[in-house]
Amino acid sequence: MTAAKENFLVGIFDDEDVLLEAVGNIRDKGVKIKEVYSPFPVHGLDEELGYTRSRLPIAAFLFGMTGTILALSTQIWMLGFDWPMIIGGKNNYSIPPFIPVTFEFTVLLSAFGMVITFLIVSDMKPYKWPRQYDIRSTDDKHVMAIDLGANKTSKEEIRAILKENGATEVNEKSF
Amino acid sequence: MNATHEIADEKYELKSGTRSKLFMLLGAGILLFIIGVFMAMSGGEHHEGGEAEKGKEHASAQISKDLVASVDQHGDAVKTEGAKTEEHHAKTAPWLKRIYTTLWMNNVFFAGLGIIGLFFIAIQYAAQAGWSAGVKRIPLAMGHWIPFAGIIMIVLFFVVKHDVFHWTHADLYDKASPDFDKAITGKSGFFFWPLAPGGFPLFFVVRMVVFFGLWYLFFTWIKKEMLAEDLDGSIQHWYNSRKFSTIFLIIFGYSSSIAAWDWVMSIDTHWFSTMMGWYVFASWWVCGLAMITFIVASLKNAGYLKVVNENHIHDLGKFVFAFSVFWTYIWFSQFMLIFYANIPEETVYFVQRRLVAPYSWIFFANLILNFVLPFLLLMMRDSKRQIAMLQVVCPIVILGHWLDYYNMVTPGVMHGEGGLGLLEIGMAMIFMAAFLLVTLTSLTKFPLVAKHDPMMQESLGHHI
Repeated sequence: MTAAKENFLVGIFDDEDVLLEAVGNIRDKGVKIKEVYSPFPVHGLDEELGYTRSRLPIAAFLFGMTGTILALSTQIWMLGFDWPMIIGGKNNYSIPPFIPVTFEFTVLLSAFGMVITFLIVSDMKPYKWPRQYDIRSTDDKHVMAIDLGANKTSKEEIRAILKENGATEVNEKSF
Repeated sequence: MNATHEIADEKYELKSGTRSKLFMLLGAGILLFIIGVFMAMSGGEHHEGGEAEKGKEHASAQISKDLVASVDQHGDAVKTEGAKTEEHHAKTAPWLKRIYTTLWMNNVFFAGLGIIGLFFIAIQYAAQAGWSAGVKRIPLAMGHWIPFAGIIMIVLFFVVKHDVFHWTHADLYDKASPDFDKAITGKSGFFFWPLAPGGFPLFFVVRMVVFFGLWYLFFTWIKKEMLAEDLDGSIQHWYNSRKFSTIFLIIFGYSSSIAAWDWVMSIDTHWFSTMMGWYVFASWWVCGLAMITFIVASLKNAGYLKVVNENHIHDLGKFVFAFSVFWTYIWFSQFMLIFYANIPEETVYFVQRRLVAPYSWIFFANLILNFVLPFLLLMMRDSKRQIAMLQVVCPIVILGHWLDYYNMVTPGVMHGEGGLGLLEIGMAMIFMAAFLLVTLTSLTKFPLVAKHDPMMQESLGHHI
């Protein structure tokens, strides 16, 4: 662990409707929320947090296109030019038999590409220990983490804001 | 979503503007059809295209001959349709044959749109789907086309049978006749049982009547439950609908497949494909989905359907997108196996469609309109949520599958003489206007929103 510690205020919420309202109110006050953890998906939470849509589908499309082009060109080059063979009386390079392989390779590259992109973007590298703001976020509580270093508002003010927006507990946590 | 939403009563009103537009479509269709008929008649043997067409016809005759030769080489008794037997029968004029073909093809296509309306509802009930509660009235209205399609099809069969269905000729089954066909005689039980081959196709006609009868019966049952629910709000109607839907789906699974063999595949009597049932169904299904989506999008644009929001539109868009890909999968599965195995009896189907105009360009247009365009245009999430985009893609899909049916039916009947001119376009417009008139008129007869649908609250909270 590094010497410079990061300090967080952790608000605990019981109810997802209270949480949704709180997220909006807290962001309106100019407090930046690092992340919210919940035991189940809460509809509308990402909009409240101001998250824009993921660009992962665009990456998937580009990986898929790479797969399509790579598979088609490889097969055409290998069976048509590098080592021409007559199979089943067809042309050396006839497109229909290449389609299943092309399809599979497109799916393979877009799936692998998406997973790898996701891991890199989310910073999930091997031996990375996940930060646990509050273990109860895996059970029955919604957990809101606020990075004190990224906020100009003082700790006591944020604590007050969290309390008045329905947080049942406010804890401090450092990593 | 915990809060229950108030649902306003809504009723669709067929405005005189819409009605007159539909009648204009009908009128324009009739006009084009009549012009098309005269053009085809004056063209005589060789319609519209003239010299170029002559060359193509020659080419197609050559292809037929080659195929017959290649089949004979394999020592098989199978003959290619139109090569020999056709000459002995009294020849119907090509223009009349074109009318028969386009009538049959359009009726099969639009019968599918009607039956998919019922199928869509049945799937929603059987799957206990919640999201679709607000849109189920539109497929219900489309289902009203089923009885019309059934009556037209049964009457039409007796008018067109000798021209469209090669297997109806009696001398194919007569051993003494020079036209005796061993392959078709082997299949005769499927058409004529229990009567003698070559007589009245009892089994075939009974199947047609039973299928339409069952579909219409289940349609009336489900419709009755859905409308009774509006009045008393009892949840029992939902359970009854689910029961009828489940039984209907089992029946439809068999009947749609057999209907595809009967109405589409038996036109190319010698040819067979185990994919054909799926293929016809996939084409009907994606086209019906496009029709439902298009009507929902248009109603939404006109200010109706307040219970439908962009999440529901998104789901419908996903349906069109997904089943366009499904259709392509089925298309490719059928094409690839036939292409690879290279058996003459099977390849004849694609040889006719790949090498003879106008089928050859439709063959490729088919793939572009039904796969490439919907696939690329509907791939993005935002495009599936935009009504304007769906109003572009859905007509493309409907047109594409109309061409798909054209290519399924016409080459088997017309061989090298087929055309895609004003005659066919006019007939399609007539059918489209009639179908939309029946659908929209039925839509005015019941509330547009199922107020007491037990899934309605779930549908209102639908969020993706």
